[in-house]
Amino acid sequence: MKGNEALAEAALQAGCHHFFGYPITPQTEVAAYMSKRMPKVGGTYLQAESEVAAINMVYGAASAGVRAMTSSSSPGISLKSEGISYLAGSDLPCLIVNVQRGGPGLGGIQPSQADYWQATRAPGHGDLHILVFAPSSIQEMVDMVFEAFELADTYRMPAMIFADGMLGQMMEPISFPEKQVKSFDKFSWAACGHQGKRKHNVINSLYLKPDELEQTVLERFKRYEIVKEKHTQWEEYLLEDAEYVVVAYGATSRIARSAINTAREQGIKVGLIRPKTIWPYPTEAVKKAADTAKAFLCVEMSMGQMVDDVRLAVNGKAPVAFFGHTGGIVPTPAEVLDEIRKLAGGDR
Amino acid sequence: MAVVYQRPHALVEVPTHYCPGCTHGVIHKLVAEVIDELGIEGRTIGIAPVGCAVMAYDYFACDMVEAAHGRAPAIATGIKRSLPDSVVFTYQGDGDLAAIGTAETVHAATRGEDITIIFVNNGIYGMTGGQMAPTTLPGMVTQTTPYGRDVATAGFPVRVCEMLSTLTGVAYAERVAVDSVPNIRKAKAAIKKAFTCQIEKKGFSIVEILSTCPTNWGLTPVEALQWLRDNMMPYYPLGVYADKTEKGVRA
Repeated sequence: MKGNEALAEAALQAGCHHFFGYPITPQTEVAAYMSKRMPKVGGTYLQAESEVAAINMVYGAASAGVRAMTSSSSPGISLKSEGISYLAGSDLPCLIVNVQRGGPGLGGIQPSQADYWQATRAPGHGDLHILVFAPSSIQEMVDMVFEAFELADTYRMPAMIFADGMLGQMMEPISFPEKQVKSFDKFSWAACGHQGKRKHNVINSLYLKPDELEQTVLERFKRYEIVKEKHTQWEEYLLEDAEYVVVAYGATSRIARSAINTAREQGIKVGLIRPKTIWPYPTEAVKKAADTAKAFLCVEMSMGQMVDDVRLAVNGKAPVAFFGHTGGIVPTPAEVLDEIRKLAGGDR
Repeated sequence: MAVVYQRPHALVEVPTHYCPGCTHGVIHKLVAEVIDELGIEGRTIGIAPVGCAVMAYDYFACDMVEAAHGRAPAIATGIKRSLPDSVVFTYQGDGDLAAIGTAETVHAATRGEDITIIFVNNGIYGMTGGQMAPTTLPGMVTQTTPYGRDVATAGFPVRVCEMLSTLTGVAYAERVAVDSVPNIRKAKAAIKKAFTCQIEKKGFSIVEILSTCPTNWGLTPVEALQWLRDNMMPYYPLGVYADKTEKGVRA
């Protein structure tokens, strides 16, 4: 199944019956699939007048207590950042999909990972985080959609599937998980009509008294700490004896893996850390690897953004090199292998 | 003893932050009375704007959502599409609705969303201290039009009901005023008709209410009401601009 369509079907099966979007390449198949399937399941597919309106429709649906999502690509996510901030500030769960393309500005329509800073540092104004899942295969993207909705509902915060044009457009065989979707009772906090059964609920991010605002943010950051502790995810590959560690996520990690396999054949002890969540970031895993590794290599489809998180985790214990392409150019396994060999140069 | 008058149940018993002489209080009361009379408080969700009415979520007793500036009609759409049997209204000022939220307003209207917009037009940005609004009259002095609104550089005021009445999705659009008792009674009837239009799923409804801002107009409350009659009403004539409430917009 095509990545974008698999993602959409996963969302439907995860109980999301409200989709609000706006056309943009390379995520358009998500919206097209939703427009075809939503009427069949009695759900809502709505093509909004803008990305800004779409994210605010998600805000409305999430306020009303239903599972809702929007999908876009890089320039569209910038437009949604206002709404993402309000969603975070009002403790609303939802799913936002970013099938990244090259930037800045209109950029291009080829795969990119250049929105890493935006997703992990400033998805909107103010002190906030959102859950960010970085799948590297279509099956993993499907599984992550289910998990993203569940964690968003559990912690009442927005979640993002951080894909790229490659994952969105390629095809792979997949199976959908058969587990029961957990239901959440939202009547106690949602703006769904009090039915005379409780005091009126207010969904709001405005706190004019500084101490109230600080308290609200502090409470939210306590939740963020729990999320960090319980839900940071990563994969380690050939790391046990690794002298050199490649850090890569998403589609790029697949290229890195091929390069690592070839390097191993050539006798270079190299392994991979693949962050599956980029917020929260697997800082401890990288930190632990830094106790024994001689050097790190971060590979991205950007000018080097995640490399900041790797350097923070390594904290000067080992050199951290970077290799990447931007603008929609995908690094090749041969290029990454060259970089690994350079890193191991002293030993070879 | 018969009760002849009481605070509407849909209005929370708290002091509001509005300036003395401001007509927001009257409009809040009218909306709350309509909610009471229709018996819909338990399934009504209101959306507060950015602007003077930003804290309306504390004043209405139904469930409330606070919107980003101008986004109320999009949020209302999200709620209504999720809960089709709910009653959803937005409460918006002129800057919110006719400037930063123009796209959201026009497209909610043209989709014929079954929502109701209470549009309070006082020709000024009140909350931020009296800047030019999209509905500020030509020649009107504000903080950001210190020499009066010059249409050569600042353009012309937007007539919202007239503009929206051209859209097929608009089932009901009426402009009213809250400057006198007879007009306040007409305003309430319009609000009730708009809510009823929504309940009967006839399409989008909007009630534009000419309102005063004594503080930022620099007038006493009584002078402000007269200023509204002398200046606002000629530019923004009262009346019904769209009424498809018989058959609905999708008929």
